Amino acid sequence: MSQKPEKLIDKKGIRLDGRKPDELRSIKIEVGVLSNADGSAYIEQGKNKILAAVYGPRELHPKHLALSDRMVLRCRYHMAPFSVQERKSPAPSRREIELSKVIRESLEPAIFLEYYPRTGIDVFVEVLQADGSTRCASITAASLALADAGIPMKDLVVACSAGKVDGTIVLDLMDTEDKMGEADLPVALMPNFNAVTLLQMDGKLTLEEFENALNLAIEGCKKIYAMQKEALKAKYVSVKEEADE
Amino acid sequence: MPTFFERRQLVTPGDLIAEGAYIAGENTYVEDNKIYASRIGIVDYENKKVTVVALRAFYIPRVEDIVIGTVTEVGFNGWTVDINAPYQALLRASDVLSRPFKPQKDDLSQVLNVGDLIVAKIIAYDRAHDPQLTVGEPGLGKITRGQIVKITPTKIPRVIGRKGSMISTIKQETGCQIILGLNGTILITGKTSEEEELAMMAILKIDKESHTSGLTDRIAQMLKEEKKKMEENKNESKT
Repeated sequence: MSQKPEKLIDKKGIRLDGRKPDELRSIKIEVGVLSNADGSAYIEQGKNKILAAVYGPRELHPKHLALSDRMVLRCRYHMAPFSVQERKSPAPSRREIELSKVIRESLEPAIFLEYYPRTGIDVFVEVLQADGSTRCASITAASLALADAGIPMKDLVVACSAGKVDGTIVLDLMDTEDKMGEADLPVALMPNFNAVTLLQMDGKLTLEEFENALNLAIEGCKKIYAMQKEALKAKYVSVKEEADE
Repeated sequence: MPTFFERRQLVTPGDLIAEGAYIAGENTYVEDNKIYASRIGIVDYENKKVTVVALRAFYIPRVEDIVIGTVTEVGFNGWTVDINAPYQALLRASDVLSRPFKPQKDDLSQVLNVGDLIVAKIIAYDRAHDPQLTVGEPGLGKITRGQIVKITPTKIPRVIGRKGSMISTIKQETGCQIILGLNGTILITGKTSEEEELAMMAILKIDKESHTSGLTDRIAQMLKEEKKKMEENKNESKT
């Protein structure tokens, strides 16, 4: 592990990677990148590289898990052994199991699970390169993969983190800020309903700081949402432009 | 009672389409008297009904639908058929055999085996039961020749076109017989494989460009051009 830098934010209020406190990392999103999955999405957020794939709705195996009144959503968050500096064992760790659950629960409210009973949807999130706030980027990508699979959804889910670093409230934490900072606050949002589907916090914040951080994260979510929508439409817009010529 | 999108505009899940006295059609839902999209697709208004024609979707069985499926399992008194839906369809032996079915005498795999393709109609389906098929009507049954194309199921109406204009254009230009399975599987039977390929090409183009306008004309034009090319190639090979 690298040594702690002396300051995470310099005198001018610029962060280690040159961002302002309320600035997002650069984001690149692509939808429909895998041909074997029913739906897929790829996101690059700063140095994060995450792939999400969706299968279903399909017959659920093992069958005893099927519910007679709704679909079952299953999620698997997995980090590739090469996604971090020290090789990570490919076996699911405690943290990955927790994140799988957290991602599933943040996506569930957005899906009309009651439409197709006795079936299941599988979401696979593969982290190829990790650099902080991977759960947020994973949720953003997974909800796009669900939409790409044609699963009826109430809204897209978009996630973003905020936190406190060197006493300042900042948006979209990267790895060092997450590890050395004072607090981390991931938020997932259904932007059209202003409904928060995930809210976690680790570290310490005062009530006022918490409110500021939450508002900042929600602002960040809305910015990412615009990119998310654009990425989902991109494939069809380009075909349409070609045809109109 | 405003609407927030024009006809034929692209929407994503969660987009607010209309508010007030409208009826929510396919791929939309209502909350607080507002109509939102639930899938990525194209907006359409018909009278007071708001629908989204989905660009990405899967097939959900409906009674009376004609579908094309693959036999995946031969059971004791029937077959399970994959109809490209989240549910496996069932075809009962007594439906295929015109006489009473005797498990000890009849070998079902002689009639239909795993991997066989069938054209069938859905006769029963609801939330609690898997869809049930029949082949006991003219035009239904085992497929013996032709080629299969798979497209997004929601785009079948686009392949048919307004009052069947698109499908009749393709049939006329290629001379192929085409059976449309509403589950997105299409059977093409022509005299030569070239004709079948041509029809396939047209259908795949429709699948890709379903959300654009003036498609029927473009398909007709493409078919004519391709046919010309084919004839030129034939003439060249002769000389």
